[in-house]
Amino acid sequence: MLESIFIEIADIIRYWFLDLGTPELLTEIILMLIKLSAILGFIIVNALWLVYMERKVAAYIQSRIGPIHTGPKGLLQTAADILKLMGKEIILPDGINRIIFILMPILIFVPPLMTWAVIPFGRDMTAVDIDMGVFYILAVGSLSTIIFWAAGWASNNKYSLIGGMRVVAQMVSYELPLVLGLLGVVMISGSLNLNQIVIAQDNVWFIFTQPIAFLIYLIAGISETNRAPFDLVEGESEIIAGPYTEYSGMGFALFFLAEYANMMVVSAVCTVMFLGGWLAPFGMDFIPSWVWFFLKMYFIIFLFMWIRWTYPRMRVDHLMAFGWKVLVPLSLANIFVTGACIYIFRGIGW
Amino acid sequence: MLSVWGAVLIFLIVGVIFGVGGMLAGYILAPRRKSAQKSIAYECGVDTIGPTWVQFRTSYFLYALLFVIFDVEIIYLYPWAIKFQSLGLFAFVEMIIFLAILVVGLWYAWKEGAFEWT
Repeated sequence: MLESIFIEIADIIRYWFLDLGTPELLTEIILMLIKLSAILGFIIVNALWLVYMERKVAAYIQSRIGPIHTGPKGLLQTAADILKLMGKEIILPDGINRIIFILMPILIFVPPLMTWAVIPFGRDMTAVDIDMGVFYILAVGSLSTIIFWAAGWASNNKYSLIGGMRVVAQMVSYELPLVLGLLGVVMISGSLNLNQIVIAQDNVWFIFTQPIAFLIYLIAGISETNRAPFDLVEGESEIIAGPYTEYSGMGFALFFLAEYANMMVVSAVCTVMFLGGWLAPFGMDFIPSWVWFFLKMYFIIFLFMWIRWTYPRMRVDHLMAFGWKVLVPLSLANIFVTGACIYIFRGIGW
Repeated sequence: MLSVWGAVLIFLIVGVIFGVGGMLAGYILAPRRKSAQKSIAYECGVDTIGPTWVQFRTSYFLYALLFVIFDVEIIYLYPWAIKFQSLGLFAFVEMIIFLAILVVGLWYAWKEGAFEWT
């Protein structure tokens, strides 16, 4: 009953509209907009909560208490921050490229939102069920590189420019191991559809058959979201805030929101590809599938936060060397071993 | 019926509208007072020296170039990976050759010092 509650709600809305005599195409569009609003709400509420969680986790790791004064246990801290940022002037400094400077915070939220469209939240709970889902996610996900770079370039600020250049170098370098890592999963599941990949993990999660790929994905994922220990892009003690330095008010708030939305996307894809998505472990089917998806996603997010507040920042040359000299050869070897194993296991009749 | 790419288009449009709405809300709600001091580039808090858009180090360009080469090759691996299980030994040997070419490319770039940050 609780399992299919969202699907039933969607069906009720669909038939309600069809009963009113709405054309089928219009009904589909309305339904898609409702799903989209739900996803948007999900992203924003979670992003607000994640900023709070991040500060609390950081505080407890560093033996502090974190925010406590705004609202019960400091829960309204992030909401208050966003409200404050809304009331702050959007300063356009001298010498910037105005069009690009204003356009980039507008576009920054598009890639994470588009990626969320194909992610299965639960059994049959995908907003847009694309057959080439993995490919789509990789294609759309890499768009944010350009946006960060353009924001850094348009700011007419040397630190922003360096930050923008680092974004390109870092995200581009770690995209290769990310793509190659996911290739192993695609080889085993034989599909690019995220739902099919989840179903293919019915017997055993891919984290157990592809442990190397999981580690590569985790490292590359942290790097793609520009989080510590790979946060050279916005290393506060080196280049102020990187591409965001000149942004104030809502411009900064949108970048901030997109950063957490990106982190959620990476965690969600990790959940789908390696942790069995919405599948219940040990046959615990009495808990709905979407709850399982949510719990696994939050486990990965917590892992990201844990890593962030444990390790110091890497040096830029170490970062590039690690990406190209360790992760890329390792992921190529992983593909080869995966292929060989599949062939051998099929040969002995598994 | 709404095709999947039509649905993706809706996501794209709403994503842009969300961004525009956010910036517009900031524009309407926030005060706007111009002053000579405020519109100086913040940079690191000290007055800016020299132009920003100057020639930049080439290491970054080298990485971008390598990325394009490798990424294009990896795109070809995806269709192969999907059909891998039904193609048998031939596909496996093909993959070894393809990966070997990739590895040789990587080795050459490594040998030529493309990954050195100097």
